[in-house]
Amino acid sequence: MLEQLGRSDASITTLAEKFHMTLTGMKKHVAILEQAGLVRTEKVGRVRTCKLGARRLEQETAWLDSYHQLWAARFDELDKVVEQLKREEKVNGRKNRE
Amino acid sequence: MDGKTESETAAQSRTKVERKSDRELVVTRVVDAPARIVYDAWTKAEIFRQWWVPKSFGLTLLSCELDVRVGGGYRLVFRHGDSEMAFFGRYLEVVPPSRIVWTNEEGEDEGPVTTVTFEEQGGKTLIVLHELYPSKESLEAASGDKSGMDETFAQLDELLAGSANSGDRS
Repeated sequence: MLEQLGRSDASITTLAEKFHMTLTGMKKHVAILEQAGLVRTEKVGRVRTCKLGARRLEQETAWLDSYHQLWAARFDELDKVVEQLKREEKVNGRKNRE
Repeated sequence: MDGKTESETAAQSRTKVERKSDRELVVTRVVDAPARIVYDAWTKAEIFRQWWVPKSFGLTLLSCELDVRVGGGYRLVFRHGDSEMAFFGRYLEVVPPSRIVWTNEEGEDEGPVTTVTFEEQGGKTLIVLHELYPSKESLEAASGDKSGMDETFAQLDELLAGSANSGDRS
């Protein structure tokens, strides 16, 4: 069903027909998936449409955030090291540069 | 007057991360030093080991060998708690002081290829780090085994479908 929703949004009625389930059964199913953040629903008029939930997107965002933090921390250390190298070069440069 | 939070945010925003495609990640940062100094920091083991593993990681760098030339290898060994991990690979391109390309071979599967370039602009250096994964799946596996999660969700989905059906029939 998640695969199906990945391809296109669908109403609960359509999903129930597609998966040979009763409307009540599909409503329960969707409610649980909705609680898990895997599916979200939107009611327009009398039709409730199901879409994929934000959870997958969140997973990717969370990983990119930690990747970002890793590199930000790493580059902050690099900044310090580079400052030190510049100072050393200034001192040595006066002695060594031709 | 500037709060700590503000300066931390500034440091973070100086480093940019972009997912360029299914298989590519790009990190950019400007460092206030000429390219030759930045290049030294990436290629001389005794300097590299001072910054590659920030203290906040909780990792100890046990050894660091960099043989920076085309076909040369690198090997980093870390300790994390009781376990040791090795990161290693080979250098594919070495162009001082502007470009280094290396492989990442630590995993069971083919790892990403990392390209870093140093572009000097008015005494500062723009660092662009590009990671190209062999496939979309391998990038996602690196990002916390999302494929495994998908499988779990699919199973949950099936399980629910089964129970909902039998529930209705009773």
